[in-house]
Amino acid sequence: MTKNILVYIDNFKGEVQQASWEALGVGQTLAEGGGKVSALVLGHEVDDVAQAAFQYGADEVFVADDPALADYRPEPWGDVTAQVARDAAPDVILFPTTTRGRELAGMASVDLETGVLVDVIDLGVEGGDITATRSIYAGKLLSEVTCSASPQLITLRGRAFPTPEPDPSLSGDPTHISLELSPDLATTVTGYEEKGGGVSLKDAAVIVAGGRGTSNNPSLSPPADLDEDEGEIWKAEQGFQLVNDLADVLGGAVGASRAAVDANYIPYEHQVGQTGKVVSPDLYIACGVSGAIQHLAGMRTSKVIVAINKDENAPIFKLARFGVVGDLFEVLPPLTEGLKAALG
Amino acid sequence: MKIVVCVKQVPDTEATMTVEDGKISWGDAQLIINPWDEYAVEAALNLTAEHGGEVVVLSMGAEDETEAIKHALAMGAGDAVLVSDPALAGSDNVAIAKTLAAGIQNIGEADLVLFGQQSVDTDTGLLPIQVARLLGWPAMLLVSHFDEVDPDARTLSVKRTLEEGKQLVDGTFPAVLSVTKDYAEPRYPSFMGIRKASRAQYPTWNLDDLGIDAPASVVSWKGVRVPPQREIIKEIIEGETPEEKAKNLVEKIMKEKVL
Ligand SMILES: Cc1cc2nc3c(=O)[nH]c(=O)nc-3n(C[C@H](O)[C@H](O)[C@H](O)COP(=O)(O)OP(=O)(O)OC[C@H]3O[C@@H](n4cnc5c(N)ncnc54)[C@H](O)[C@@H]3O)c2cc1C
Ligand SMILES: Nc1ncnc2c1ncn2[C@@H]1O[C@H](COP(=O)(O)O)[C@@H](O)[C@H]1O
Repeated sequence: MTKNILVYIDNFKGEVQQASWEALGVGQTLAEGGGKVSALVLGHEVDDVAQAAFQYGADEVFVADDPALADYRPEPWGDVTAQVARDAAPDVILFPTTTRGRELAGMASVDLETGVLVDVIDLGVEGGDITATRSIYAGKLLSEVTCSASPQLITLRGRAFPTPEPDPSLSGDPTHISLELSPDLATTVTGYEEKGGGVSLKDAAVIVAGGRGTSNNPSLSPPADLDEDEGEIWKAEQGFQLVNDLADVLGGAVGASRAAVDANYIPYEHQVGQTGKVVSPDLYIACGVSGAIQHLAGMRTSKVIVAINKDENAPIFKLARFGVVGDLFEVLPPLTEGLKAALG
Repeated sequence: MKIVVCVKQVPDTEATMTVEDGKISWGDAQLIINPWDEYAVEAALNLTAEHGGEVVVLSMGAEDETEAIKHALAMGAGDAVLVSDPALAGSDNVAIAKTLAAGIQNIGEADLVLFGQQSVDTDTGLLPIQVARLLGWPAMLLVSHFDEVDPDARTLSVKRTLEEGKQLVDGTFPAVLSVTKDYAEPRYPSFMGIRKASRAQYPTWNLDDLGIDAPASVVSWKGVRVPPQREIIKEIIEGETPEEKAKNLVEKIMKEKVL
């Protein structure tokens, strides 16, 4: 059975979340043999996103372009998604598992009276039926789930599926949707607090993470006017500087253990693990991280794991492809220099 | 101000999970409140301490799944409801959302409904938005900060988390919110709180009490398994000095072709 697939292309003011293209790639696989892949783009002044969707292989692109959609709010974006889903009547709607993707899938499950297979890491098709694999209990178990209602709503975990090659010669005429937005909304977006630059953890191909070990350098003496906690944070700043430098050289993102976050070495948005972000980069370098089960839950599917830890018995070494038993303050500077030289 | 907080019981995050005959087991690991939900309880307690009002804890689960409720009561919540009915076994997300929405309506007159970010067992993170949609109330999710809450004007301003940074949102009551970990460290239950919670009386409602039929489920589990052990070829990098170790590690990493 060939399927018609609708793929939600997640963008923030024109900036597309990478996992959207991965979802579009999955859409093409599911539609093989005569199905159609449509993309859905919401926002304001998002023509470039629509063109990019054609280049990544969409057969058709629906665009809801309206000043009222300039800022993401669940309710109007959810209304538009339901409207398009009803008109286009796809068999499957794919979303990247981003904040907006998850919310839109959740609203669609209510509006369209169906279910969501969320944060899926693998898909199998047999006789037209889709079975999705999800990780549960923080990756300790895998479950296989199916949805008997239509359309099937599936959110796909970032970096779990390949990104299709875009073809810059492709273009198309997007289908502009006439909107029926309800005028009185209970929420207004009044602004943003940009987060400090840097590569986002979820998209990063390389992550360098620091743990409590980043503050453990007895040869550093903090300024005298700092109390004990402040002195520890000051030391950790020196440690995380080394972590940052390595991440910069590799074009990667900076991660952290919960212990480092709880001790205020670094903001929560960097936390990797069961109560932080679940990541799956090609290379994960853990520095001064012991490897508690809740931390491993967030990074165990990384392709290559490198651990730098003073303690040869640290559990992180059990998961590491390469381990260095040593002091991160001594190992990181020459490692950063060496990789910089090797990468040219 | 009346705040309903939805909480769930889960196995300890340290637990080793196994599967026997298709059934999930966590051995004799402790049962705890879903760690994300503690932040929601903390926020509800702070909001009512500042603006007055009451906190009602709502949990759906089997009759003996009361750890989350007990913990929330011990933290200081005033009242609780357990929704439990054999017909709810095997409910999918939408069915749970419908049941919780009915529970919230049955509790009545909620100004705000607070959720945790997601369940650490099923890892879905869908209920807050689904419940908001069912109730027709605005959703303000992944909130890390309450800038202003005005129960008289029935308005609030919050910071919510998006991948790109914080979004500042104004909204009106009633609303559904979820609270993230960077809101504040949740308090530990006091000894007195634990004692009070162990004696607390609260109702258990079944589907009749809610006045609904068991909602249909369309998502089903075909199987569950322990992920295959990854073949990790472990290698400890040798070297006399840190510099030498670093140099050897550079070579090894470059050979992996991940950069
Ligand atoms: C409900 C719950 C949820 C949790 N969620 C998470 C989560 O999402 N993410 C998470 O990370 N944790 C989480 N934890 C916490 C987890 O259990 C650990 O406490 C935490 O991961 C430890 O962080 P760490 O490895 O940085 O610190 P530690 O365990 O203190 O380890 C520090 C390591 O650094 C090494 N070290 C010290 N100095 C140096 C040096 N100079 N050079 C090299 N190595 C050095 C030490 O040998 C040690 O191995 C959670 C816990 C609970 C109960
Ligand atoms: N059985 C339940 N009873 C009450 N609240 C729940 C239940 N399951 C989940 N929740 C709440 O919904 C949030 C998101 O859960 P989930 O969508 O299952 O990941 C949790 O953090 C809880 O606040």
